[in-house]
Amino acid sequence: MTAREYTADEMMTVSASRSLRDGTACFVGIGLPSTAANLARRTHAPELVLIYESGTLGAKPDRLPLSIGDGVLADTADSVVGVPEIFNYWLQPGRIETGFLGGAQVDRFGNINTTVIGGDYEHPKVRLPGAGGAPEIAASCREVLVVMRQSTRAFVDRLDFVTSVGYGDGPGSRERHGLRGRGPVKVITDLGVLEPDPQTLELTLTRLNPGVEVDQARAATGWPLRVADELTVQEPPTGEELDVLRRLRATIEE
Amino acid sequence: MARILSLEEAIAELVHDGDTVALEGFTHLIPVAAGHEIIRQGRRGLTLCRMTPDIVYDQMIGAGCASKLVFSWGGNPGVGSLHRFRDAIQNSWPVPLEIEEHSHAGMANRYVAGASGLPFAVLRGYTGTDLPNHTANIKTIECPFTGEALTAVPALNPDVGIVHAQQADRSGNVQMWGITGVQKETVLASRRSLVTVEEIVDELRPRPGAVVLPKWAITAVAEVPGGAHPSYAQGYSERDNAYYRDWDPVARDREAFENWLGTEVLRAERSPR
Repeated sequence: MTAREYTADEMMTVSASRSLRDGTACFVGIGLPSTAANLARRTHAPELVLIYESGTLGAKPDRLPLSIGDGVLADTADSVVGVPEIFNYWLQPGRIETGFLGGAQVDRFGNINTTVIGGDYEHPKVRLPGAGGAPEIAASCREVLVVMRQSTRAFVDRLDFVTSVGYGDGPGSRERHGLRGRGPVKVITDLGVLEPDPQTLELTLTRLNPGVEVDQARAATGWPLRVADELTVQEPPTGEELDVLRRLRATIEE
Repeated sequence: MARILSLEEAIAELVHDGDTVALEGFTHLIPVAAGHEIIRQGRRGLTLCRMTPDIVYDQMIGAGCASKLVFSWGGNPGVGSLHRFRDAIQNSWPVPLEIEEHSHAGMANRYVAGASGLPFAVLRGYTGTDLPNHTANIKTIECPFTGEALTAVPALNPDVGIVHAQQADRSGNVQMWGITGVQKETVLASRRSLVTVEEIVDELRPRPGAVVLPKWAITAVAEVPGGAHPSYAQGYSERDNAYYRDWDPVARDREAFENWLGTEVLRAERSPR
C-alpha cells in the first residue's frame, strides 16, 4: 500500500484508538476520546464496551455522538441507567478498565487541570468547565489514557489547579491518597506518546509520531522532558484506519 | 398530589426570590422553557443547582436571576465555554456569582442523599484534588467499620426541582425514558417540584427502562410541548445542534445577549397553556 497523507490530529486519534484493547470496557468522554473509541470499535476492537457518563452502558452508535447524552447512545446501548448508578455501581468499584481523559493542562506526573487557568480560583484569568466525571475516572478506572495536543501552554511545570490526580507528586502518592486504579499509563499527543518512567513515574517520551523530532517534543513541553532510552516511532495510520476515521467524522460535519 | 398548572402559574407559585432551584437534565430533557419563564418572571437571588449547567443556565445567569451556582461541569456541550457564566465569575456581570464546585460523582451523590432523606452521602472521590480546598461541602470521613478515609458530601435538597419529561397522564403521573440523568433524584430530593411534559395523555403506556414518578411525589405538572428545546426529548424531538453553535457568538457579547434576551425571552409569547 502506498503511504497516504494524514494530519497530526488523525495520527493522535489513531494512536489513541490503538491503545484500546478489544473486549474491555472504556469510560468515554466526548470529543477526541469518543472519536478514538468509536474508531477502535470499527477496526481492531469490535467488542469494546463503550460507557458514557450520561448512563449508557455498551453503546454501539452507528455515527459519532455529538455529546455524551446523544440519543443515538441510548438507542444502541445494552442498558441505560441513571447518572448516580454509572458513577456508584460501575465506575467507583473499579469495574471499568480504561478511562479516557483530555484536559487543558497536564504536568510531568500526569495530573490534569480542567478548572481554572491564571489568577486565583476566585478570580481566574480563564474559567474552564470544571471537573465533570474526571476526578473519579482518574481515581477508579484500572488505567487512564490522556489525550492532549502538546504545547508549552498545556504541558506545564506546575498546574494552576489539580482537578484530577495522575501520580500526584511521584511514587507512593496514589497509594497515600487511596486511589485504586493504576493511573495514567499513556499521554497521547499530536507529537508522540509519553509514558511514566517505571521508577520515577515521571512522564517520559517513549514514542514519536512519524516525521517528529525529539527537539520538537522538548520545545512543546514546559518541563525538561526526559526521553526513553528505547525511543520508537509509531506506525503511520493505515489506509483502513484513515478511511474509517474520515467516514466517522463526516457523520458530524454537515 | 400533582396539580396540572400552566407553566406561568407553576413558576409563579413554586419559585420565589432567593430559592435554591435545580433545573436538571443530562443533555436530554432539559427544562429550558421553565428556565425562560423564570427569567420572564424576574426572579432574583436564586441558588441554581445543576450537574451540567449549559445554555439555559448561561441565559439565566446573564439575565441576573442567580447569585450562586452549585455545579460540576459548566460548558456548552460540543461547542465550548459558557460566556455569560464566565463574565459573571470573572467580572461580576450583571451581578456577582458565587460558585460551589463539585465533581459529577459528588453532585450525583448529593442528590441521592437528598432523595434518600439522609444528611450526607459517602463516596470514594475527590482525594488528592484541589476541589476540597475550595468547596466547604466536601469533607473527609472515616469509615466506622474499616477506618478507611472516604469523602462525605451533604444532601442537596432544593426548594424547587424542575425537570422535563415526555408524558404525564391527566392525574399527574409522569413517565420519562431514554437518558434520565439525575431527574428522578432531583424531584425526590426537592421540597417542591415541577415536571414540564411534552404531552398529557389519557393513559401512560409502560415502557422498558422508563422512570415513573407517581403523582403523589410531584407538586405540579405543566404541559409544555417542545419545552426542552434546544435539547431533545427522545421520541418527540431532535437536539437542535445549530442552536448550541449559534449561542456562542450571542453569549460572547453583552449587547448581543441583551438583544437576544429582549426579543427571544422577555417579549416572547408566554406558553399558551
